[in-house]
Formats: sequence, C-alpha cells, structure tokens
Amino acid sequence: MSWLKNWTWPTRLRDKGIIGMNRRNIRYIGRYNSRRLYPLVDDKLKTKLLAQQYGITSPELIGTVTTQFGVKHIGEMLTGHAGFVIKPAKGSGGKGILVIEKVEDNVFIKPSGAQLSLTDIERHVSNILSGLYSLGGSPDVAVIETLINFDESLMDYTYEGVPDIRVIVFKGYPVMAMMRLSTAASDGKANLHQGAVGVGLNIATGAALRAVQFDRPCFSHPDTGHDLASLVVPQWETLLNLAAGCYEMTGLGYLGTDMVLDRKHGPMLLELNARPGLAIQMTNGEGLRRRLDLIERQPDGVPAKQRVAFAQHHFARQSELVDSDSVENSDTSSTGA
Amino acid sequence: MSRLMFYIIVGLLMVVGIATSVQRHVQFEIPWLPGEQRQVWEIEAGINFTAQGGPVQVDLALPSHQAGYRVLTENTASSGYGLAYQADELGRTARWTIREAAGSQTLYYSVQMLVSDDARSPAQTPPDVVTTPWERPYDTAASQLIEQAWARSANNATFARELIRDINGERQEENARLLLSQENPAALVVRLLNQAGVQAREISGLLLEDGRRRQTLSSWIQVFDESGEEWAIFHPLTGEQGKPDNLLLWETGGRAVLEVQGGTNSRVTFSMMTHDQPASAAVRNHYSEDTLLNFSIHSLPLEEQALFQTILLIPIGALMVVFLRVLVGIKTSGTFMPVLIALAFIQTSLPTGLIGFLLIVAVGLIIRNYLSYLNLLLVARVSAVIITVIAIISIFTVLAYRMGLSAGLTITFFPMIILAWTIERMSILWEEEGPKQVLIQGGGSLITAILAYLAMNNPWVRHITFNFLGVQLILMALILLLGNYTGYRLLELRRFKPITDDEKPS
Repeated sequence: MSWLKNWTWPTRLRDKGIIGMNRRNIRYIGRYNSRRLYPLVDDKLKTKLLAQQYGITSPELIGTVTTQFGVKHIGEMLTGHAGFVIKPAKGSGGKGILVIEKVEDNVFIKPSGAQLSLTDIERHVSNILSGLYSLGGSPDVAVIETLINFDESLMDYTYEGVPDIRVIVFKGYPVMAMMRLSTAASDGKANLHQGAVGVGLNIATGAALRAVQFDRPCFSHPDTGHDLASLVVPQWETLLNLAAGCYEMTGLGYLGTDMVLDRKHGPMLLELNARPGLAIQMTNGEGLRRRLDLIERQPDGVPAKQRVAFAQHHFARQSELVDSDSVENSDTSSTGA
Repeated sequence: MSRLMFYIIVGLLMVVGIATSVQRHVQFEIPWLPGEQRQVWEIEAGINFTAQGGPVQVDLALPSHQAGYRVLTENTASSGYGLAYQADELGRTARWTIREAAGSQTLYYSVQMLVSDDARSPAQTPPDVVTTPWERPYDTAASQLIEQAWARSANNATFARELIRDINGERQEENARLLLSQENPAALVVRLLNQAGVQAREISGLLLEDGRRRQTLSSWIQVFDESGEEWAIFHPLTGEQGKPDNLLLWETGGRAVLEVQGGTNSRVTFSMMTHDQPASAAVRNHYSEDTLLNFSIHSLPLEEQALFQTILLIPIGALMVVFLRVLVGIKTSGTFMPVLIALAFIQTSLPTGLIGFLLIVAVGLIIRNYLSYLNLLLVARVSAVIITVIAIISIFTVLAYRMGLSAGLTITFFPMIILAWTIERMSILWEEEGPKQVLIQGGGSLITAILAYLAMNNPWVRHITFNFLGVQLILMALILLLGNYTGYRLLELRRFKPITDDEKPS
C-alpha cells in the first residue's frame, strides 16, 4: 500500500481546519464576494486608480496601451525608464507579466538575464491587447508601471524576482499571510505552482513560520541557500493596515491582497485577487477554517486599525523553522508586541 | 434563495423525475434494463412535391414482410389528406388523396421493421414476360448480346449474371454501349431477360445504415427460375447474386415506387435509424401514442429522434465532468471540451478517436509553435490554427483511405473549432508553465473524455436516457447537489497531505 502514503484522510484535513476548493468557492467567495465587484480587482488598471483614490500606495503608472496602433509608440513611452513591468490589466495567475530589469542600448534585459528586443516587447504588448492572457480571451489593455526597488533586507531571500506578500483579508481582518520568493525554477515569478518558495508569516510579527516549495517543506532558499528562519518582514503593521484597508476600498469580503516592499515607499499594493488560492494554508501549515470561523463571529463596522490588532492578537504563532530554545525567546518577545 | 428552497427544488426534481420514469415503466412496460433485445429499424419516407392547385393523388409503394424483416407498425403523417392502404399480388401501396392542394407538400410514411431471422417473404407471383420490340439497329445488338450470354450460361440465374457482366463489366462491348444509350442498366437487363423469355423485373430496395438521412432507393434485378417459383436477386451493375443482409426490399412488383398525379417535382427520400427494443415492447409500442402523458421522444419524427439520442446523452457527459472536477479535482483544458471529444469518440470508436485526437493535437502544437514566431494577432492566429486542424484532418483522412484504414475516415467527426482552441490553449500553457502542465491538463482532459465516453456509450445508460425523459430531471438534481458540495476533492487529500504529517518538526 505504498502509494497510499501520499494520501491523507478527509477527517485529518478537517481536524486541521483545511479549506478545500469547493468550500472556498461556495462558502466564502460565493457568499462574501459580490459578482458586480469583481471588475474592480480583475482589472488591474481599475484597482490602481481606486487605490490612488483611497490613498493606498501602489507602483507608479508609466502608461497604458489600449490600441494596436499604440503598440508602435511603446518605444517612446519606455525611454528614460530603467526598469519596468508590463502586465495585462485583466490577466490572471500572473500570466502575461513581463518584467524588464534594465535597458541597455535598446536591449531589454529580464531578471533572468534573457535579452529581448523592442520587437519582442511590441509583440508581447500586442498579445496582451488581443486578449491572450486575459480571462475569457476578451480584448485587454496593457498596463506599464515602474519596477519596484524592493527592500534590501529581503534581497538575500529571493532569486531574480520581486518577493511579494500575500495577505488574505476576510471581512477586513487580515487572517493569514505568506511571502512568495521567486526561484530559478519559477523564472523570477512569484507563483507557487511555478516553483516559487512560499513562506508562511506570523500575522503578529511578520516573521517566517514555515516554508514550502512545490507543496513540500523546505528550510532555506533553494538558489541563494539563505536560511529562511531569520526572515522578518519590515514595516509589518503598516503592511497589515494597508491590506485591511482594501476591504473598504473594494467591498469584497474574501480577498487576497498582494503587496510588495519598496525601498523608498514602504509597503505597496501590487494587485488584488477575488479568488485567492489555497496554497497559503500549505505555507502556514495550518488551515484557514478556524480563523475564518472566528472572524465570522465578529461584528461588522470595526475600524481597520482595530481589526489588525485583533488579528495580531488572535493569530500569533510560533515559528517551525527555528529550534525550540530560540522559539521560546522569540515567542515571549513577540506576544508582547 | 434560502437553503430550504434549494433542497425543496432538488427534492421536487428528484420526485418528478423518478415518478415520470416509474410511470413510463409501469404504463408502457418499458423495462429498466435493456434486457433481451430485438433489433428494430425505423424507416421514414418523406415525400415532397409541388401541388398544382387541383386534386392530387399520391401512390407510394410500401414494403411487406420479407426474408429477414417483419413489418411491426406503420404510421403516416399527412394533414388534410385522405389515406387508403391497398394490397394486391404485386405488393402494398398507400394512396393519399386530396381535392385541392397548392404549393410545396410533404407527406410522411414511417414503418418499423423487426429484424427476425425466421421471417419469410410471401410467395411472389412472377411477372408476365413483356417483350417490347427494338428498333433498328438496336434489335441486332440486343439479340447478339442475348446469344452470347445464353451460350455461356446453364440456367436463368447464370444467364442473368452473364448478361449483367456483358453490359456493365469489363467485357462491355460496342453492342452493350449502343443499347445503354437507350436504357439505364437495370431496365436494359430486365428488357433483355424478358426478350429471352426469362421472367424478371426491376425492384427497389433500401440499404439500411444506422442514422442515415435523405437516402434514396437502389435498383435491383429479380430473376425467376424456369419453374417460376424460386427467384434470386442480382446487383444491376456487378451481377453479384444474392440479397445483402442490410437490404430491405421496398417495392417488389416492378412498379413505380412513387406516383404523383396533380403535382410536380415529386421525390421521396428515406431516413432510418436502428435501435434495440425489448422483445416484448417491440410488439406493442404504438397503441397509446396520442395520450398527452406519453411524453416520449419516440413520438417525434425519426430524424429528430436520431438527433435526440445523442443530445440526451450530453447531460451524462456533463454530470461526469462535474463529478470529476468537483469530487475528484481533475484539471481539464476547457470545461466541457472533454464532453465534445467524448461525443466524437462515440462516432469514431475509442481507439481510433484517441489516436486521431492525439495526432491532431500533437501536429497542431508543432505548427502552432511556428505560428507564434509570426507575431500574429490572437483571432488571426486561432483562425490559422483552425485551418491547420482542417488540413491535418483532411490529410489523415486521405492517408487512412489510401492505406485502406476505413476507421481513419471517421476522424472528420472531431469538432474542429474546439480542437483549434484546445491547441491554442495548450500551446500557451506550454510557453508559460512548461510541458508538465500541458501533460497534466491534456491528460486530465483525455481521462475525462474517456470516462465521459464510457458512461455515454454504456448500453444501459443509452437505454435509460433515451426511454426515460424523467432521468434528465434526476441528473439535473444530482448536478445541483454536486454544485453545493463543500467537502474536499479527492486530489486535495494528496495535495494537503504534507500539512497533516509534520505535526512535530524534527
């Protein structure tokens, strides 16, 4: 029965409070995310403009391309920008996002070192416009924004790409968080199913709890070899407040917020997701169920600051990455925070 | 909508579905299991003509009991027309009459023929020998042909065979070609046989093939032996003797199949379908057809019935997809693409379908890979892929035909637009997520398609869906229930496994 060892029982998953796809879809997305609000998050351009309106920081917009005619002028738009990101406004799952780290003599260099010509860039933008990457293949808009200069303290934990922080916000409460570190396997993209490392974060402190790659636990970054136990996200409380504020901004009850840490501007909202994945449970080694149940019992209309404090108090946890002695030390210090 | 309402609706669907099914089972004695089956052919003749505004009389020859087939029931649909069945020693006819009719007219006659080995044809009266004299120079050509064939033959049957070969085969000579300018092959053979004093006539038959539409009758030659009691059937072109098993003799009196007085442009076409019926039900299936409660597909015209046989299976495929995605968690490329592929498999048979599908998608992916270098707009590229798919299908069909693989011909049943989109999606998936995801999603789609095919092609499932419309309501209820399932998917038990085992990190 050796093939059975890769399988578990539903009862054990239930004990752990794991949420499956079906439950997520029916019980949370179906119930708390009104369909008419989806365009706000499915269209990254709309999200960006909305975020500006609500004073939520996000990467600077270089410009948008809306017509195939406009593709020809993309060269002019990009001059003077060292690094930039081109993404489809309605893309999903990180599809169609092109990151250019630097430009040298009209050669565009990806974080991996791969070189692209202006024609390649134009083709990519043209593909975006014709809806290749968007949901349902509908015509799309290409959004070009500045590359984030991500915080140096996190430099050692990532390979090529920008590490982003996903916080699940339920009814405005940050319930679970993880950081996604790009790897060589994920081609500089922070997508877990492409091989990025997911690090579960302590909601109380922003410190690493546990890390997984391809759904299996790991303890150091596979490319840089850096120990993941020491990872602590700076400006954690600002970040949580930013994430919690997205509830008021969109009205979506079950929301995945993707944030990045910029060197100058601190935490920034990258994008929102109305159907956040379940891999965050793997990275945290814990199911979402109990936390969501607890939040469901809380009254509505609590201000963001209080919601963050509530979450930090109730969802504090110990790291599994450090050995037991130091856990106790760090634990006493974190519960005081 | 409250939960209670939902369960009431689901319950209602269930109850109504089960009740109508049970009602059909009890009232019409349709068994739950396919059971002992008798093959029944349903044949529908559609007569079209343009009436000229005056009285119209339409005579259609009708089939009778014959070797291999027995007439079960017959029906007609012809609003406003008077109808009479007539029978004489030459066969049966239906005569429709109306005092006044104008414009395009359509009359239907449908018959159920039971395939039974013990059915015998009634004794046939041999026709009188009618000789029509030939004009010069045809008379010498005719008598020469007869002499040659007569010399090479021993009896009426071999004489007929030789004659047909002289007229149509490789031995065709100037004489035959001259006579063929006057008559069509079948009529010519009969005329020459008669001239030689052999009792023969031209009869019409229908080659039965499941699901065929707009078919016409073919001509055959019936030749009696010297005693006038035994007879044999010959193919008018090849001279082959004997009746093919799937040939239903429609008109055996040597008369016209369709005669229309008072109308022009008349023609009759046939559509047919076979299905297996329980032996007991085969005998009495039509006696209550006019009651409103007999809500059955069987009351539709044959063409629509054949269509519905497939349409009613689609919910089964859909249920399979819902089951595999919601309960198992298989990823597919395109939600219901597997159902369409499964429908194609039903036409092609599974092995040919699988090979065909893999061939098309593999070759399509290679060509699509090249197209991606051309920097095309999406719609243009997908259109190019569609044309590529059509080209691949045509090439494989021709190749298969050349190599004598008739199974390869069925490849044309694949839904081409769907295949083109599948190729496009897989290709993008390949570029973005690598070949592994393509294998996972492509494999998932194939597994789903195969399972859907197995479910849809199951004889019991076909029997139940076609005979009990209430089953559709039950399927609906099941799908609604599945859409409400919040438990884990089977594959999630594997995905989330690591969480459950490292309780204590070592």
